Amino acid sequence: MSPAPIEDAMYIDAFAEVTWSQIVSASGLPESELRELVRYGALVPQNPEAPTWTFEARSLVVARTASRIRHDFELDPHAVSVVLCYLERIERLEAELRALRAERG
Amino acid sequence: MKYKDYYEILGVKRDAGADDIKTAYRKLARKYHPDVSKEKDAEAKFKEMAEAYETLKDPEKRAAYDQLGSHTPGQEFRPPPDWNQQFAQGQGGFEDIDLESLFAGLGRRQGRAGARAADYPMAGSDYEAVVRLSFTQAFHGTEIDLELSTLEWSPDGGARRVPHRVKTRIPRGVTNGEKLRVPGKGGKGVNGGPDGDLYLDIEVADHPVYRMAGKDVYIDLPLTPWEAILGTSVKLPTPAGAVTLKVPPGTRVGQELRLSGRGMTRGSGAAGHLYAVVRIEVPTVVDDREKALYKELSETSNFNPRAHFEQEAA
Repeated sequence: MSPAPIEDAMYIDAFAEVTWSQIVSASGLPESELRELVRYGALVPQNPEAPTWTFEARSLVVARTASRIRHDFELDPHAVSVVLCYLERIERLEAELRALRAERG
Repeated sequence: MKYKDYYEILGVKRDAGADDIKTAYRKLARKYHPDVSKEKDAEAKFKEMAEAYETLKDPEKRAAYDQLGSHTPGQEFRPPPDWNQQFAQGQGGFEDIDLESLFAGLGRRQGRAGARAADYPMAGSDYEAVVRLSFTQAFHGTEIDLELSTLEWSPDGGARRVPHRVKTRIPRGVTNGEKLRVPGKGGKGVNGGPDGDLYLDIEVADHPVYRMAGKDVYIDLPLTPWEAILGTSVKLPTPAGAVTLKVPPGTRVGQELRLSGRGMTRGSGAAGHLYAVVRIEVPTVVDDREKALYKELSETSNFNPRAHFEQEAA
């Protein structure tokens, strides 16, 4: 029996940018709700004026988190955008805390 | 199929109203949702309660669940003889299926309002798995075998749980909290729909010597007082192999000696740095000769680390 093929796990930021349709597909949310998240600033297109939106690769993770909390907490898109903002802040603070702990030992 | 008591999982009575069920779920979700919780086993607990809520919040699914009767959690059981016809529209047998798959299939059938799945190409679901690595695996990259148990949909809308194994190469330089993506390794698409992706949440275990801060790595460098004063060369372990580090004279406690590019390295991007953080250790036991030398030093030296105290007190 031939050995199982090895799949390469890729850094999210290995993708220079992601398209709107990739965001829609990764999140599973309706486009109308994703557009609301863009309006509230939770998802930020690289060039909001461009005819087709592209996003930083990290937006894939944001869109998937949005979908989870939208569904699991039964929140509307505005509440989702507020929670995303807090989660991002917590993530940043945790990274700072980790760095401080690493530095101080 | 093993029985799960969805009412017990949510902590409500079997005759609880829809509002009580919703409140119980929301209260538990607030506590255990993996995006907001730091509780131990939050993810597993949340998964269980989400599964319970998905069924109990839907009147039709709840009626179907209630018809299964009440059993001891974990007990093997079979649905009553007419259950299949009444709720699952004659879906196949109950082999290779668990309660979650059974009710997920029920939901899809209801959602499609009788239309045949064969009419729709459907993208496979994305999956997410937590991957726990040692510091060394994260630094150098590694290969892992993931055992996933995933829901797959048949063209008639039924669901079944399918175990599958994904051998994955983790690139070097992954950091704590990072997410990786394995394209096309999520759920299978149906009727020509694309396969989903697999997302990996990386957790890196603490290392006894190295501490990770993003791309940078920290290590304590214990020195004797005289090494710190006079300077020295030490053999320093680094994740990529030992190096000789020159410690300059007059090195202070807490000072960070940077070894450029010896932190986490990923792809072609800039590498992180390794910081050796100086700790000055003092001997707790000294012999008479050492004591005499320290005494002589104390009488000779003009060094006063508390000079600023005296200025304050003046």
